Amino acid sequence: MSFELFVQNVFNSMTVGSLYALIAIGYTMVYGILRFINFAHGDVFMVGAYLIFFAEMLVPWPVAALIAIAGASLLGILVDQTAYRPLREAPRISALISAIGVSFLLENLAVVVFTGLPRPAVQPAWMVRPIAVGGLRVLPLTFLVPLVTAALVMGLLYVVYRTRPGLAMRAISRDIETTRMMGVSINRIIALTFGLGSALAAAAGIMWAMRYPQIHPYMGVFPGFKAFIAAVVGGIGSIRGAVLGGLLLGTVEVMAIAFNPTLSGYRDAFAFVLLIVILIFMPTGLLGEKNKDKI
Amino acid sequence: MLELIDLHVRYGGIHAVQGISLRVRPGEIVTLIGANGAGKSSTVRAVAGLVRGGLGGRILHTPPGGETVSLAGLPPEKIVARGLALCPEGRRILPHLTVAENLELGAYSRSDRKAVAGDKELVYALFPLLKERHWQPGGTLSGGEQQMLAVGRALMSRPDLLMLDEPSLGLAPILVREIFQIIRRINQEEGRTILLIEQNAHAALSIAHQAYILEVGNIVLSGPGRELLHDPKVKEAYLGG
Repeated sequence: MSFELFVQNVFNSMTVGSLYALIAIGYTMVYGILRFINFAHGDVFMVGAYLIFFAEMLVPWPVAALIAIAGASLLGILVDQTAYRPLREAPRISALISAIGVSFLLENLAVVVFTGLPRPAVQPAWMVRPIAVGGLRVLPLTFLVPLVTAALVMGLLYVVYRTRPGLAMRAISRDIETTRMMGVSINRIIALTFGLGSALAAAAGIMWAMRYPQIHPYMGVFPGFKAFIAAVVGGIGSIRGAVLGGLLLGTVEVMAIAFNPTLSGYRDAFAFVLLIVILIFMPTGLLGEKNKDKI
Repeated sequence: MLELIDLHVRYGGIHAVQGISLRVRPGEIVTLIGANGAGKSSTVRAVAGLVRGGLGGRILHTPPGGETVSLAGLPPEKIVARGLALCPEGRRILPHLTVAENLELGAYSRSDRKAVAGDKELVYALFPLLKERHWQPGGTLSGGEQQMLAVGRALMSRPDLLMLDEPSLGLAPILVREIFQIIRRINQEEGRTILLIEQNAHAALSIAHQAYILEVGNIVLSGPGRELLHDPKVKEAYLGG
């Protein structure tokens, strides 16, 4: 492989990995607080992509992106309030089943409302006009996705580590009762968690649609699965782990095919191979906490 | 300040608190002593809003210069905002947050950020060790230090009534003495009312204005702390004869 091609693949790895990372953060944050997997998360990603598609018909692209992100945030909060909040005291498995139900509901609702036909994604022209860098011709989008992701992740880390609601979030993830005793209104913090996670998923949905330029009601299913795997590989519950897991998964997928193009048919299998290998050697993931439960 | 009237707490099939009535007056240290399982913790947990269902009787709170309100049914975050803080049994420090973050969490119900920073300094003055270790994760502190952090954290909400659930549990005798001295200072110097749950009857009775003795969910004896300290029945049952 030529050096130029290798560099090209590094950028591709970062782009794909960034998108997995953005979705994975939502899984890991919800798990960190509520200890269940929000299977509807991948569908919030899909709704984000549809929202910008329709919003862009009415308003300029940057405004449409903000509308899509805000809309997806509200959807995430609404899903929690209607489908998960009534089950807070119920066994975890009930919330998990409820999440699978919401996932099917959102997908089928999307088929009814948007129809099942794929639609072309919105792509601002300057993002997909190749530019020459050295001997390469690359799309500005390729640089933009990792940069936007880095900015979003830093913003999220600021909220989690430098603000009062972030402090409450970190406290809840360890001890809900004590945190309430300190005056924290748990449901507000949970809503904030769903809102932030869904906003990042929508940002990923918007960028995903630009890269694979079409949208359809089931577009969230596989990215959702893979981002979930990225979150587990990184160590579920850890934001940094989700980012690391996402980037690692993106790199493995892109590089495995780059070095051995005959494997391209197995693209989706790499995520699962990575999951199995990591879990054999590091059962709590790369940055996950060691299991503290005592028997 | 606080009045419990015929309080009942039931968990599943257990009737942990069987109709107790007690009163905490402003400025007092009131102690509730008794053996393991007598219903002490259930009583303060009920006041703090941590008992869901199985609650009977009345919990009346009268803030200084305010109107009497029933606390039953209020969520814990509303109760701490009304000026009742619980320093829970077993300390319940958040081990992954730093000492400073644990204290800031204690002030979550407040919006006066400048005053919160000032109160943090007050807590550091009370427990100089916490200041030295303000950047350490709470989980790395020793048991005694964690207890001090738990008391400091409860103080950060600026409570009118501070409820301490077994602050001496598992501490070395020298630390027990220190904790009780500090409880007294919080009462005398800062003027906070204190409801103290203890198994260490001698230490608790020595500093309490008013004491209640709890046995299997019922109050069997009450009176000024000093008096109970010399009561033959109390001596026999709780002070080792």
